[in-house]
Amino acid sequence: MLHIKCPHCGMRSQNEFSYGGDATVKRPELGEEISDHDWDNFVYNRKSLRGKHWELWQHLSGCRQWIKVQRDTATHEIFKTLKANEDIS
Amino acid sequence: MQKYSVFSLVKNALSNHENWDLAWKDPTPKNEYDVVIIGGGGHGLATAYYLAKEHNITNVAIIEKGWIGGGNVGRNTTIIRSNYMHDENALFSEFGMDLWRRMSQDLNYNVMFSPRGIINLAHSDAQMNTYARRGNSMRLNGIDAVLLNREEVKEIIPMADFSQNVRFPIFGGLMQPSAGTARHDAVAWGYARQADDMGVDIIQNCEVIGFDVSAGKINGVRTSRGDIKAKKIGLCVAGSTNILAEKLNMTLPIETHLLQACVSEPVKPVLDKVVTFGAGHFYISQSDKGEMVMGGDLDGYNSYAQRGNLPTLQHVLTEGIAMMPFLSKLKMLRTWGGIMDMSMDGSPIIDKTHIEGLYLNCGWCYGGFKATPASGWTFAHTIAQDRVHELNAGYSLNRFNTGHLLDEKGLGTKTWIS
Repeated sequence: MLHIKCPHCGMRSQNEFSYGGDATVKRPELGEEISDHDWDNFVYNRKSLRGKHWELWQHLSGCRQWIKVQRDTATHEIFKTLKANEDIS
Repeated sequence: MQKYSVFSLVKNALSNHENWDLAWKDPTPKNEYDVVIIGGGGHGLATAYYLAKEHNITNVAIIEKGWIGGGNVGRNTTIIRSNYMHDENALFSEFGMDLWRRMSQDLNYNVMFSPRGIINLAHSDAQMNTYARRGNSMRLNGIDAVLLNREEVKEIIPMADFSQNVRFPIFGGLMQPSAGTARHDAVAWGYARQADDMGVDIIQNCEVIGFDVSAGKINGVRTSRGDIKAKKIGLCVAGSTNILAEKLNMTLPIETHLLQACVSEPVKPVLDKVVTFGAGHFYISQSDKGEMVMGGDLDGYNSYAQRGNLPTLQHVLTEGIAMMPFLSKLKMLRTWGGIMDMSMDGSPIIDKTHIEGLYLNCGWCYGGFKATPASGWTFAHTIAQDRVHELNAGYSLNRFNTGHLLDEKGLGTKTWIS
């Protein structure tokens, strides 16, 4: 069982959250001309590496806010959590 | 090679089974091979076997970081089926069914293929309609499919919950009578033994550290046991695909996720079919030892852990108990996990890449085991002929770019994320 520290509510169990995938993926700017390749990268292609991974979670059964979590994909150790509008440094 | 038969069994029994040949050798890697297959799982071993058998390419090495058969081929729930609606998936899988039927004879190794049938349960009229459509598509592709009503399902699996006022009543189901199970370890060992006999080097405890690529061509691979040259290299590493792709500066439409399975304590024979729950994600069969073999959803977040978390297991088994209430009385014997190469449309990739001589086999999601022979056969063809076979033409890497997705469930991107 993971325990995730929601930046809004504090430490909660994994059961309260749902997963949103890689947090480093950026949607191409609206109205900008983009190539198929860039769109492909945004929609489908993922690094999905072993080790530290920034990812989105939603505190679905809590404050319902989206948050960013840095977790190790091999050990599940959680290093840091951020609010959705805070930048990954 | 010593042929396995009842006579060799009797003969070796007389010498206390002390004189059996080794099933495969433990060679030191050579400096160069015609083809190097990375990954000594079911797909890698099958690929090497079909390279040798179908294409006479025997100067082949399989390199494996751990031991052969230690990954997903030894961790799955052994289900074999071809109950797909889309032509690409159906024809590929049905080709595989033929290989499964002949496998024990072909490999001179008893893989215990047991075509006991699979039933996908339906829990609404709408789901019955969907299954009727899928069943018709299957039959058009020459695959056996039978649509069962509630009474017919009850005849076959009376232990399922047919009581009134349940949340997900059983309306009927779609059965593929020729589907079944096989002994997964035997599949890996059978392919390994035959490939080894035809000259393939199976090199275990050999980790890939990097690749030698120049001018858009692959020249070899750097490993923990030295550099190995090869003009053709096939990647067959399932959940480790992204790790190797990074070494090649490739980003793939694959995420690595954890899938759990479990078995109960052994009980007397009660279930002679594979059954899947239609209102969630749960499947069950009974092993020859009597254990109930069960599995379901992914843990739900990127993972390389090879072991699972309890919330998912609890969720999956809740579905199981809703479907077959007697399961609540059983004790759990074992749970385990494997890391899956989840592709973005739920279908696999068997293709060439932009690097000449580098071939890719990944994206098997939940269905890697049953695909083992067909995957090996088509991947061997793709490598040997340097072009895809018509059976794996739909499993191209660039389909995500061109929009020709193979979305079997019609659910869109990442169908596996709940």
